[in-house]
Amino acid sequence: MATVVRSETHPNITSYEDVNRDVLKLLSRPGPGYRIILSLAVAGVITLFTAWGIQIVLGIGMSGLRNPIGWGVYITTFVFWVGIAHSGTLISAILYLFRARWRQSIYRAAEAMTVFAVMTAGLFPIIHVGRPWLAYYLIPYPNQRMIWPNFRSPLLWDVFAVGTYFTVSATFFYIGMIPDLAAARDSAVVPWRRRLYGMLSLGWRGTNWEWKHFTRAYLYLAALATPLVLSVHSVVSWDFAMALVPGWHSTVFAPYFVAGAIYSGLAMVLTLLIPVRKIFRLEAYFTTRHIEAMAKVMLLTSLIVSYAYLCEVFVSWYSFEPAEQTGGYLMFGASHEYWWSAWLMLTCNFFVPQLLWFRQVRRSIPAMFVITLFVNIGMWFERYSIIVLSLSHEYEPWMWNQYRPSLTGVCIIIGSFGWFLMWFLLFLRLLPAVSVAELKEVLPAPLRRLRPRPPGVPPRRPLGGPEEVRS
Amino acid sequence: MSTRPEGGMLALFGELDATVTAIERLRALRVHDLVVFTPVPRHELEHALQEPESPVRIFTLVGGLTGAATGFALGTWTSLDWPLITGGKPIISLPPFVIIAFELTILFGALSTVLGLLIAARLPRMRPEVIYDPTFSASKFGVYVVPATGQAADVRRLLSEAGAEEVREHPAEVRVGTL
Repeated sequence: MATVVRSETHPNITSYEDVNRDVLKLLSRPGPGYRIILSLAVAGVITLFTAWGIQIVLGIGMSGLRNPIGWGVYITTFVFWVGIAHSGTLISAILYLFRARWRQSIYRAAEAMTVFAVMTAGLFPIIHVGRPWLAYYLIPYPNQRMIWPNFRSPLLWDVFAVGTYFTVSATFFYIGMIPDLAAARDSAVVPWRRRLYGMLSLGWRGTNWEWKHFTRAYLYLAALATPLVLSVHSVVSWDFAMALVPGWHSTVFAPYFVAGAIYSGLAMVLTLLIPVRKIFRLEAYFTTRHIEAMAKVMLLTSLIVSYAYLCEVFVSWYSFEPAEQTGGYLMFGASHEYWWSAWLMLTCNFFVPQLLWFRQVRRSIPAMFVITLFVNIGMWFERYSIIVLSLSHEYEPWMWNQYRPSLTGVCIIIGSFGWFLMWFLLFLRLLPAVSVAELKEVLPAPLRRLRPRPPGVPPRRPLGGPEEVRS
Repeated sequence: MSTRPEGGMLALFGELDATVTAIERLRALRVHDLVVFTPVPRHELEHALQEPESPVRIFTLVGGLTGAATGFALGTWTSLDWPLITGGKPIISLPPFVIIAFELTILFGALSTVLGLLIAARLPRMRPEVIYDPTFSASKFGVYVVPATGQAADVRRLLSEAGAEEVREHPAEVRVGTL
């Protein structure tokens, strides 16, 4: 009898061939559903660039920004997308360092989400500055005017943080994919795909020294990407916390934003992976175990952000600073323009996720999908509340003003989801969406000792050397 | 006699422990010039091969330190180039420069790690024709060995006894896509 050894994390995948077959199957011809969703995404991209074009031609006034509210939905959406990006790196780098082996099947898709979310986020400061052709002023470069950017400004820190984050996460994404691109090359039938994967895989053969240097490089990249997860959103939070605006000027912002980023990012990973799992029949790869594990982290981060909301209200009251107190009161006070935004945030980010205490909810796929949609919405309104409400009520009451997003702004936000989705859908069909090589690390290796023997043949004597059967 | 190669031998294995046995026995025969192909990095193979540590870590360290130095230098030098006091703070105000230095440490460290990988693993491979089999990226392990003069028969028997599914003498070079 053959002894069947199953992987602890992926019990329904039994052989190395299964992985190649199931994963590389995604690269074959798409179904009609895929094309419909892709055309919707492309329609979103057209909306985005049309609205942006109108704003460029007619001026930044189209965005609905009025003094003193200089930051509106663009910066809100920028913070939202940067936050979404974080959990991809959390799954790919931090869980790698912690040897959380359940990550192997989901990290590639999460990492792709990171790269595309940063690409989406990166559009918004450029949209927001009004004259996108001058965006290169942000970069320090020697110039005839002999003017350098101000290295003491949090906005410049942000340029460095987001720029580094994009470069490093895109590099990490690509380097980790090289062995899988080689697998795609070896099984490609269509000539252009064979050529494309041949080029991208750099002639990878999976030799012992290639793997040796690769695994080392991957480890160091993970170690470098890990502090980025914690630092990028801290730096983004300092865009606010370093300013003197009441409601922003707070030391709690960095941990508050990082927890929020991981919270919203995990929600987005689940929002994307639950349909992907269903459509592409990847149930053996994205198991309920994955969903439950992410649900637990979401519950934890939900409690952290809720604690931060309480802190904000408490500190604004405790400060005895009239401007701070007004903001804290207005945030949840019913007599105000933005109360619905704050309550929407509290409902979606605190009340609804309390359902995650129940195991049945964490393991129910439809319930998790709905909860993640709530969290995505809630996290957008969290940033909206922080940014717009604080700017509307600064120190001088005669300067108080109201802000309403304009149609142009709303079109750009909706379009940004199309832009993000378009890249993600192209990724699913063009690149291996599950790591072929790394998934094999958690599968039991094929062993000669476990091969079925005809009756009467004595068992083979155990071999020397380290061997690992269980994975 | 010099030990000129007579031609290589490529053995294909379906099992990990058989591959490890073959490597250990080849090493016992003092055959050290091995190329092992594997679809997945396994510690068993690494232990059997006993290779030296990868040099990539030096690239990471040097890149990271260069990044940190560049970050501080950039902030300091540009502030001195246009010395304008803002907020009553010193011209060279190190705390904010720490953030720039931190980001550049990560950036330079990551990019030089990639450079180290490309140099150490000799990627991208420019020669399109190589010793390879497409099953190595799916489920097969492979050992390519160039036996010394007179050893060919021994090596061949050793590979078969260790559990090779197939041993190819003078294996044909396979075309893998390159740049």
